[in-house]
Amino acid sequence: MDKIPILRMGNFLLVTIQVDLYDRLALNLEADLVQMVSKTNARGVLIDISAVSIVDSFMGRIIGNIASMSKIMDAETVVVGMQPAVAITLIELGLPLKGVHTALNVERGMDLLKSMIGTTEEESEAEEYDDYLAE
Amino acid sequence: MIISLSKDNIQVVKEQDVVLLRNRVKEVAVKIKMGLVNQTKLITAASELLRNMLRYGGGGFCLIEIVSKGRDNGVRLTFNDKGPGIADLSLAMKDGYSTGRSLGLGLPGAKRLVNEFDLKSKVGEGTTVMILKWANG
Repeated sequence: MDKIPILRMGNFLLVTIQVDLYDRLALNLEADLVQMVSKTNARGVLIDISAVSIVDSFMGRIIGNIASMSKIMDAETVVVGMQPAVAITLIELGLPLKGVHTALNVERGMDLLKSMIGTTEEESEAEEYDDYLAE
Repeated sequence: MIISLSKDNIQVVKEQDVVLLRNRVKEVAVKIKMGLVNQTKLITAASELLRNMLRYGGGGFCLIEIVSKGRDNGVRLTFNDKGPGIADLSLAMKDGYSTGRSLGLGLPGAKRLVNEFDLKSKVGEGTTVMILKWANG
């Protein structure tokens, strides 16, 4: 059974989708990611889809789901690297991916995540806890 | 007058077949020098219809053809299943309508992505969907 690896980097989880997704694989990724967010206390999820040539309505829904699920688990999601042809197709299909943060590449995606979370990786757990209380 | 230049009939019964079929469609699209954006639109539409065929029709066949009309070349895909059929075609073509738990974008979305779209269905007998994308369409 294929599996998409999820890498942990500090407060963030990184996912690079390098294979052609079929529905089961995408559903597994959704479940794995949400569990990883809970297990690692991740504050951000970065999904790189630069190698994905087809995003159809199902895949788009999964991306939206991951973002919403992470959000209620207190983690932000950024999707990066969408190919221009995929963007054109998504809009014509009628799927504008509302509610999903996107960035042009991994670097900008990381910056966006950091600014959304508003903390640096060096901060201690105690400070994060204070932030959490203050919200 | 549309002439069919090549034919390839592929059976689709499981999810992994979708990936295989997408690759086959890509091959023929590249063969007739279809641009990347049109390729992506065609394969995305095919992906939507394949999912429908698997989910609602219990699998079926996809006929991949290279067609030509005058100077234009295109790819024509015909999806054929022997599933329960669609009772109300105009409702099925409506954005946001779904009998499953999906977004209801599959059929209307696929139609927007291609140049020609034809949906035929008979309750109890099955559904046939034809899509056609011209290389420069």
